[in-house]
Amino acid sequence: MSTRLKLLGAAAAASLLSLAVLALVVAPEDARQGDAQRLMYVHVPAAWLAYLAFFVTAVASALWLWKRTRSTTWDLLAGSSAEIGVVFTALALVLGSLWGRPTWGTWWEWDARVTTTAVLFFLYLGYLALRRTGATAEARGTRCAVAALIAFLDVPVVHFSVTWWETLHQDATVLNRELDVKMEGFWMPFTLVWSVVAFTLLYAFLVTLRLRLAELEEGREASDLERAIAERVRAGDPVPVGGS
Amino acid sequence: MVVTLRSAVCLLGRFPALAGADLEIDRGEVVLLAGPNGAGKTTLLRLCAGLLPLHSGRAVVLGHDLARDRRAPRRSLSLMGHETFCYDDLTVAENLRFSARAAGKDRAAADRALELVGLVGLAGVVHGRLSQGQRRRLALAVALARDPELLLLDEPHAGLDADGRAVVDEMVRMAASEGRTVVLASHELDLARALATREVEVVGGIVRPVAPAGLARPVEVAP
Amino acid sequence: MRLAHDALLVAGKDLRIELRSRVALQQILPFGAIVLVLFAFALDPDRGVLPRVAPGLFWTAVLLAALLSVNRAFALEEANAARDGLRLTGLDGAAVFLGKAAAVAVQLVVLEVVLGVGIVVLYDVSIRGVGLIVCAAVAATAGLAATGTVYGVLASGLRARETLVPLLVLPAVAPVMIGGTRAFEAALDGAPADGWPWVQLLTAFAVLAVVAGTLAFGPLLEEDA
Repeated sequence: MSTRLKLLGAAAAASLLSLAVLALVVAPEDARQGDAQRLMYVHVPAAWLAYLAFFVTAVASALWLWKRTRSTTWDLLAGSSAEIGVVFTALALVLGSLWGRPTWGTWWEWDARVTTTAVLFFLYLGYLALRRTGATAEARGTRCAVAALIAFLDVPVVHFSVTWWETLHQDATVLNRELDVKMEGFWMPFTLVWSVVAFTLLYAFLVTLRLRLAELEEGREASDLERAIAERVRAGDPVPVGGS
Repeated sequence: MVVTLRSAVCLLGRFPALAGADLEIDRGEVVLLAGPNGAGKTTLLRLCAGLLPLHSGRAVVLGHDLARDRRAPRRSLSLMGHETFCYDDLTVAENLRFSARAAGKDRAAADRALELVGLVGLAGVVHGRLSQGQRRRLALAVALARDPELLLLDEPHAGLDADGRAVVDEMVRMAASEGRTVVLASHELDLARALATREVEVVGGIVRPVAPAGLARPVEVAP
Repeated sequence: MRLAHDALLVAGKDLRIELRSRVALQQILPFGAIVLVLFAFALDPDRGVLPRVAPGLFWTAVLLAALLSVNRAFALEEANAARDGLRLTGLDGAAVFLGKAAAVAVQLVVLEVVLGVGIVVLYDVSIRGVGLIVCAAVAATAGLAATGTVYGVLASGLRARETLVPLLVLPAVAPVMIGGTRAFEAALDGAPADGWPWVQLLTAFAVLAVVAGTLAFGPLLEEDA
């Protein structure tokens, strides 16, 4: 592991540790939701990362598609970010559900954010399934990149559709309809911001690590390929005419 | 030059099917690609048709740089491969007309091609019902209906009876006399040599010129 | 214009194949119909809930049938290396896309008419606001056909194509499900004014899908598998 990566990992670990302290001890309990509200300090950054990771996948995919910037790294980055992203998306959904149960009384709500995140989860799954169909960046790059971009453009449309859909429901209760918590004092908003920072560092560390791993795999394959080509060229050594 | 390949490398998965091929073909030539199975003849033809991406090297076909745009030369060339490229539920005539119209030609071109290969009697037969020999003739017709400048033929004699082979020979001669360029890969060396103006050997993914018979000198190769 | 000519050529080819092989007529259409019947079993026809959920069930059946339609559109390109043949024609990717998507759309429209009759008969639904229904159906169908065709070519040639395409398509067309259902509900409830905004959404989605397909189809068709 390179020094920069180690530093990044250390920073992520330190910020997560301090987050744990802040979230569990320092930040005050919420008046209405009690301790369950502390899930926010993991749920919110997880949801943020779900979308950030997908954004990174989309940008990397675009860079792959544009011939001038095409490079294996972009394909590998898109895949690495998606793998990390799908985990955070699942985490966001599960934590949201756990938080929602004591807060709303139900495991699920069909509001725009939750529903869109669920659709995002499935878009991720489809993308990852598609990635497994090609062994090299060359083989899978374009298909996956197009799929990622279409999905990325689709997410706002889905969000918009669901938002509109929800405004039709007259029975929207104002209280606890969303997981928005009133930010009181200093420590709650601070901890929330800190959680986003800490998780973003974690994401950066994980993506870089995953990317390094993917590059090693791909690098070995590239050198294998060069060797195969060289061998074939050598095997076609000149032979006097008359035998064939 | 209709075709120029320099150190062309073409991959099938991880395998370098073409490992640095050099080839130049001039307008009006009829070039025979000879060589054993798996040597890269089909790959070379498919590369020239723009179907395969170039891994490295240079490939220019009909003035188009394949590294930049593989699709560009397709309107002016035809590939006769191992399959007919047709739809099982459409008749012979319908398939041919689709091919011709897609290439910007009209129905008449399709009907003419049908006549040339001797399949007029089967015009209304659905493709799924054709025999192997009939399919080979249809594949040739599909290639001809497009009125191509460059004809790429992959084992055109294979699967054909004596009549069919005679049709292939006649079509190649006719194409050459019309100023088209023909590249054919074949195992039927006797038949093919009678048609070809030049022969090259494809072995191990590279191309070697073949010394004319009678001249026993070693062949130099630069991979 | 060349593009229109070539697109019509491809659409004509696909539709002629369908007329000859009758796969959509004899397999996909009955599939859609049986889905409607199964929903009725699942939802207990005595409770009177069917008319209320009819729009949603209609679009679910159409969506599932669309998956089959798209699958067929690309399965027929697999025999005899027809896919290579399509590439070799030198036809512009955009033209092939528009042609294939149009052929899928035509088949879906026929299906929708039949299923529409189906829900009127089976679910005891009365239709008001025909204009809204038609416009919503056209926009939704365009969006479905375009999206399906893009993912169809994206996965074409891959061994896992048949299972991949549904996984890719269904989340992506969520807006069509939502918009189509809401528009139909508005039409059936006799409050068409509520439905027209959804038609706008469906149209926007269709436009985006068509643009995406026009740009992406050509390069995707060139991917070797």
